Amino acid sequence: MTSLTVNGEQVDVDRPDDTPLLTVLRDALGLVGSRFGCGQGLCGACTVLLDGKAVPSCDTPLWQAADSIVTTVEGLAADGPNPVQQSLIRHQAAQCGFCISGIVVRATALLEEHPNADAEQVAEALERNLCRCGTHQRIVEAVLAARAVTT
Amino acid sequence: MTTMRQQTIPAHVEANPSLGTWVTVAEGLVEVHVGKVELGQGILTALQQLAADALGLSPELVRIRTARTDSGPDQGLTAGSMSVQESAPALRYVGAAVRQLAEATDVVEVTTYVDRIAELDPETNLTGLGVVGSAGPTLVVGTDLPRLDLPDKVLGRPRFVADLRRPGLMYGRVLRPPSVAATLRWVPDGWAAPGVTLVRDGSFLGVVGDREDDVDRALATLSSAAVWDEHDTLPHDDALTDWLRSAASDLIEVGADDVPESTRTASYSKPYLAHASIAPSCAMAQWTENAESVHVWSHSQGIHRLRAAIAAALDLGPEAVSVEHAENAGCYGHNGADDAAFDATLLARAVAPRPVLLRWSRADEITWGPLSPAMTSTISARLVDGRIDGWAYEVWSQGHASRPGYAGGHPGLLATAHVAGGTPLPPAFDPLGPAFGSLRNADPLYDVGPRRITGHCVTEAPIRTSAMRSLGAFFNVFATESFVDELAADAGADPVDFRLAHLTDPRARAVVERAAAESGWGTALAESVGRGIGFARYKNLGAYCAIVAEVEAGTELRVRRLVVAADLGLVVNPDGARNQLSGGAVQATSWTTIERIRFDHRRISSNDWESYPILRFPAAPRVDVHLIDSDQLPLGAGECAQGPTAAAIANAVHAALGVRVRDLPLNSEAIVRAIEETT
Repeated sequence: MTSLTVNGEQVDVDRPDDTPLLTVLRDALGLVGSRFGCGQGLCGACTVLLDGKAVPSCDTPLWQAADSIVTTVEGLAADGPNPVQQSLIRHQAAQCGFCISGIVVRATALLEEHPNADAEQVAEALERNLCRCGTHQRIVEAVLAARAVTT
Repeated sequence: MTTMRQQTIPAHVEANPSLGTWVTVAEGLVEVHVGKVELGQGILTALQQLAADALGLSPELVRIRTARTDSGPDQGLTAGSMSVQESAPALRYVGAAVRQLAEATDVVEVTTYVDRIAELDPETNLTGLGVVGSAGPTLVVGTDLPRLDLPDKVLGRPRFVADLRRPGLMYGRVLRPPSVAATLRWVPDGWAAPGVTLVRDGSFLGVVGDREDDVDRALATLSSAAVWDEHDTLPHDDALTDWLRSAASDLIEVGADDVPESTRTASYSKPYLAHASIAPSCAMAQWTENAESVHVWSHSQGIHRLRAAIAAALDLGPEAVSVEHAENAGCYGHNGADDAAFDATLLARAVAPRPVLLRWSRADEITWGPLSPAMTSTISARLVDGRIDGWAYEVWSQGHASRPGYAGGHPGLLATAHVAGGTPLPPAFDPLGPAFGSLRNADPLYDVGPRRITGHCVTEAPIRTSAMRSLGAFFNVFATESFVDELAADAGADPVDFRLAHLTDPRARAVVERAAAESGWGTALAESVGRGIGFARYKNLGAYCAIVAEVEAGTELRVRRLVVAADLGLVVNPDGARNQLSGGAVQATSWTTIERIRFDHRRISSNDWESYPILRFPAAPRVDVHLIDSDQLPLGAGECAQGPTAAAIANAVHAALGVRVRDLPLNSEAIVRAIEETT
């Protein structure tokens, strides 16, 4: 049994230690907002916050999340959409939207750390999040517009 | 577009004549059932807008119901930028019929109108009504109604096929062969792994279990245990143009004029490309207890074709199979969706009546989904007094069409080639005109005098190919528009002026002029920065699109900016259209400058995001989109930008460096090679 805190709630998970955190979230806990894109930590669709740091949950084993605080895209919207989410919707900054929950998480972490990040910093921060529909520009603009709200 | 008599019955109403197929009422909302599916392009929102205006209702009172085979209209494939073109007349007709039947003009209260719609006979034959009403108001069409699906996606709610959960759900995985022509030699007798059931049928291997981690662990051990016989069947990936030009092929001739001796000839090429959607293909299937019938949830572009293909593959009557659409990540053409649906069906049959959620791996998504074919072409033209007078275009490609049921009787589903007694997938073929596959946009819109357009559809299929966004148009426009720039240089003409001198269609001229004006065409640029233009009318029937690219060719090639001018006809949702155009241009920038499927004679080695990289955020160009105002028929938006983007980038590189790169991908390596070839 592994204990961890997910979106503010302590949970005990009965899965082997090497189970990917993403599988724990999606299958064991029913939190499907973190998406499976590659299973190799290379696309960013499954990004979550682990003790405040953005990580790919698909190649984070459960043992690594033991006694840690995990925040998923659902958790960021717990008190209503967070500023990044609001801004993405306002800018209609998605097409298929499969990559977007990972981007929400990564961008939220960026603005926590760098509230005044510029366009280049946003793009660099999202370097590990792939978008295949070509919505990059709108997403960067939406994240920049979320700055004023978060600061 | 305020009033318009319905002159003819739209094709999709003719095919789906019952009122109740299109319109029902539930919970005080008018439900409009559609056969087009959400692929990430925002079509459900556009259809909501069309339906609201057609019915004379505000959009909040209209609910779009997603496609399924057991109810709602069969609107064929969601493909080819045809969804608005085909749906607008149908929804307008249905809306006019509903307003006429419900005597909408008499009602004051909207609830009365909705109640009257609820009372209409669902069996009413729409084709026999003599609908003469107007086209309805234009209140919602033409506005930027926000996407209906984005809140779920941005907030991380269940939305995608992988998020479906049903009681008793099991997870499934398939172990694909390690190479295209491999067959299973051996799996240890009594192979077992904790928590899973093995499903084996010939070379088709799968595992099903209650817990996803058990299933993934089992797949890994099964992968180590299985022994395959592999064969070298692939051509050399550095010599694809030679292979294409010498392989067996079918001849397709479009224009066959006598073409005078040319003053310039050049050859171009593109490699195989992957759809590379962010989500791997996925499906859920559930059989009845007695395994007599199955229901499938799939992100297919054509659920009715899929249904027929599954039934044919399993020797069932079509009534034994039903399919409903469920969204997945962006779909850019015929990917693994249908194959995954069949995989799920096979796995679920072994554990009936429990539902099985099947997902492909990333590697399988890239290597087993159909690829966009490698292509090559040769163009010759004669220049007389600065004008083109004679044009010959010859293109070689595997086919662009292998969707389920396309190739005479074969279901065309991947696992049908792997199960015991299965038959290999037939080669993709090329649809004939007017839209074509390999020959799509092979015939330029310019006045070029006598022309000869020839296609060779390669019938050998060492690698599986099918339709990817814009089909042959991406490559043909890259080639022809690059060549037009080469001719312009021969003529000593500016590329924009040269194009305008050969274009008579005013809508074509307008987008070229607009892109040039908005991009600052002709103004000075820094050293090693260049501008280039590309233009096409998609399929020569659809949207007009001109793009100016600005590139910086330093140590790395960087596409800094794309200026897009497009005439899409009537636009239902301008913001959505901009998103589609801009996305199409950015995706094509990735295809043009980075992407290439690699393989040796046996295996495809591009199988993850490191070996098949795509454009990332720091490299994404700025895109400015300019739409031409139009109330003409809608022409679609999703596929018109790809070809012009590729050509604009190639022409901009030439403007920046003076070198002509004719082989994609257009990366630093290709630029160096082109410089070496010219010096």
